[in-house]
Amino acid sequence: MLLQAIFILVSLATLGAALLVVLTRNLFHSALFLAASFFGVAALYVLLEAEFLAVVQVLIYVGAIATLIVFAIMLSRGGVQRGVPLFNAEWAIVAVGVALLGGVLIVLLTQVAWPVSQAAPPADLIARLGQAFVGPYVIPFEVASALLVTALIGAILIARERE
Amino acid sequence: MGFVADLFRNLGAAFVGWLSGFLPPWAVALVNDVAVALLLLTLALLIVLYVIWFERKAIARVQDRLGPNRAGPAGLLQNLADAMKLLIKESITPSGADRWVYNLAPILSVFAAIMLLAVVPFGAGLIGEDLNVGVLYIVAMGSLGSMAVLMAGWGSNNKYALLGGFRVVAQLLSYEIPMVLAMLSPVLLAGTLSMQGVVAAQAGGRWFGVLMPAAFLIYLVSAVAETGRSPFDLLEAESELVAGFHIEYSGMKFAWFYLAEFMNTFTLSAVATTLFFGGWLGPFVDRAPVLGVVYFAIKVSIIYALFTWFRATLPRVRIDQLMAFAWKVLVPGALANLLLVAVLAKLPLPDLLNSLLILAANVALILTGLGMIGRSLRLQTQRRLAQG
Repeated sequence: MLLQAIFILVSLATLGAALLVVLTRNLFHSALFLAASFFGVAALYVLLEAEFLAVVQVLIYVGAIATLIVFAIMLSRGGVQRGVPLFNAEWAIVAVGVALLGGVLIVLLTQVAWPVSQAAPPADLIARLGQAFVGPYVIPFEVASALLVTALIGAILIARERE
Repeated sequence: MGFVADLFRNLGAAFVGWLSGFLPPWAVALVNDVAVALLLLTLALLIVLYVIWFERKAIARVQDRLGPNRAGPAGLLQNLADAMKLLIKESITPSGADRWVYNLAPILSVFAAIMLLAVVPFGAGLIGEDLNVGVLYIVAMGSLGSMAVLMAGWGSNNKYALLGGFRVVAQLLSYEIPMVLAMLSPVLLAGTLSMQGVVAAQAGGRWFGVLMPAAFLIYLVSAVAETGRSPFDLLEAESELVAGFHIEYSGMKFAWFYLAEFMNTFTLSAVATTLFFGGWLGPFVDRAPVLGVVYFAIKVSIIYALFTWFRATLPRVRIDQLMAFAWKVLVPGALANLLLVAVLAKLPLPDLLNSLLILAANVALILTGLGMIGRSLRLQTQRRLAQG
């Protein structure tokens, strides 16, 4: 009962923040609302007893990605003072795409019989997650690592060429 | 005697027992959680009052002054008076400021600082919440602080504040990487991310800071940079940016930032104690757990004194030196240390030999690192001399 109430409150806050991201005309505020929305998702993970995901969500999305977006907006001129228009020439095409995606998601959520486990979550979640990363999912894990290392080396190379 | 030996946990148990007398179990849990949260919050403010007094006194001594000595015995009440003064000051929002962002920034800053206290183990069983991802939680909450500073820098509508904000991103994000890498070494040896788990793994005097001095040194330097204290106080550098990101803040809003800074320094000292110096462990702590709190306080005070000493003696570094040091010295050092520890910890050897090997590898790493820094500095000087 209490959990349900918290879930509804957190969901409303998350969705409200997400809505404000697209509805505010101030780019900087949009970025901050995006961070708030990410934080709400972290709260949802906590409700699901997925502490590791929650902490990583805050660390990566709020701490790194949102900070990066805010930084990029702070460095770019204009737009922030005047406020950006909410619509541009392609709004009709985007609306069709969004409607399609929304329809697919609604159908998926309502039509698929999602299995629900009644068991309590196991205690050693992090250890299991770590073993899964280097066990059955080692190839996707390594591919992601290789991608990140490539990005890192690429960034250093670009920075060096400027010197 | 038995009650005093485990004073804090017995007090807690007594409190819960008293509550259960007239409340249903779910209400007991709720009241208990709220009480712990309020306790931590009050503790945070009390700690900061003491810590600021200590820092002012210590720095005054280094500079051959007396420091605060008028309000109360040895100036102990000075900070209370200062806090009162800040509280009754006018709350000013500069014209042209982004009102919401400007006013939210100090709150978010303190929020991030106080949330950190939730996973600090003050003693056996004395922890807000022993999360099984405690170490990661500290890093995540710490990264919220840089967001607050960015908001302050932007929302103030001031060029110096904005410059301070830019520097924050560069500095805090750069130093977060070696700090996390250094924090990973004790986690690797302990085999757990839980703060109490890391403490338990250091039982028997096997302090990770003694085993891995390189990891501790890297953590210490990055922690100073993360809190934005001298010699890494570039985000508020008085002589360049006037006051950096909090230039437009006055009264209580300024006090929040001040509070968050000292809170963060205290928490990072507590984390250093927990990860590298056995936390609340010490002699006879298994028989009288109340001693753990004393040991913890002593260890944290020593590390905090170290931070104060840095602040009192070292001149501020330049921004390019700061970035170069993070990326060319600390990050490779932390990576090498992590690799060495990961390999050595897995060798099938007796524990003692294993520990000695890790210690030897760490000392070798420090010496190599210092040697390489020295060589590069000599080369730079030679090049500069050759150019005339």
